[in-house]
Amino acid sequence: MEDSISLTLGKKHSDVIGAKLGMWLFLFTELFLFGGAFLLYATYRSSYVEDFHNAALEMNVLLGAINTIILLTSSLTIALSIAALQRGNKKASLISLSITLLLGLGFLVNKYFEWGHHISLGVYPNSPQMPNYNKGEVLYYGLYYTMTGLHGLHVIIGLAVLSVVFYFIVKRPRTKIFLTPSDVEKLRGSQLSFSSTEGANRWQAAEIDDSVEQLEIVLVRRPAKEGTDPANILKLENAGLYWHLVDIIWIFLFPLFYLIT
Amino acid sequence: MEHGEAQHQVIGYGTYVLVWLGLLVFTGLTVALAGFHWGKLSVFSVILIAAAKSSLVLYFFMHLKYERPLFRTLVLVAILTLTVFIALTFVDVSYR
Repeated sequence: MEDSISLTLGKKHSDVIGAKLGMWLFLFTELFLFGGAFLLYATYRSSYVEDFHNAALEMNVLLGAINTIILLTSSLTIALSIAALQRGNKKASLISLSITLLLGLGFLVNKYFEWGHHISLGVYPNSPQMPNYNKGEVLYYGLYYTMTGLHGLHVIIGLAVLSVVFYFIVKRPRTKIFLTPSDVEKLRGSQLSFSSTEGANRWQAAEIDDSVEQLEIVLVRRPAKEGTDPANILKLENAGLYWHLVDIIWIFLFPLFYLIT
Repeated sequence: MEHGEAQHQVIGYGTYVLVWLGLLVFTGLTVALAGFHWGKLSVFSVILIAAAKSSLVLYFFMHLKYERPLFRTLVLVAILTLTVFIALTFVDVSYR
């Protein structure tokens, strides 16, 4: 006698809107973190116009401009990486993501040389030469190190997050599919087995006896080499949002510290 | 397009490249403008350009254009709040 029993697919909880909303709320806290620093800059600037003018003249505009172009381009490549992954083009996505990582590293290398140059001239917080500077200049350099330092820290964190997402996309993590039988009683006394088309038994499970109260069939799936888990697209999108925010902060830092003289 | 599909909307590569070119033009413009030394006016123009660049990044790269209105509203509220903070501080600083 044939008897039928239905298997229901356990739904994995996924909330794309909620995940993105959470990321945006986090970005707002970042906005206010830097907003506070910008406010400090603006008020001190209005009190020490001359000193800020003189101190800004010491900045290397070319290096600042190169770093601006680097970050803007890295924003483009991360956007392209997301677009490629959405289209299922994993290879293009990973290449674009790699370029983003390299550009981020390039930004940090430039920053290293820039800070190194200032420090070699004795311009750093609490340096022996600092008392010779005007009060406004000391404040300018204090803000310069705090704000570009905090921004640099965000670049490092952004690179770390993007690297983790890179790993997730490459690794193709196994995902589990849960199948729950509608009626365990009907299956009591039977055995779950796999057989090939020739009828050969490939695998057989233990008998479902009276001790079994609940039955759950778990299938482990690994995405095909070319495929990706949709969850990875969301991860990349959220990491991208963070990276773009870091870019936006720099869009303001560059003119305020390098250009307004 | 329905809202439910918005999260999967795929944006053309060309759009991103155009936005990037726009950002580079703005960067060139802001560096060029800074050379004029207009005093207060140059501060204003440089910040205005930075705001325009950020809008491009927010709107296209960060997908606000394609997200549901909730996201745009929230971003607007956050930016307005920051603006209120800045305005109130300056009212305090300038009348001391």
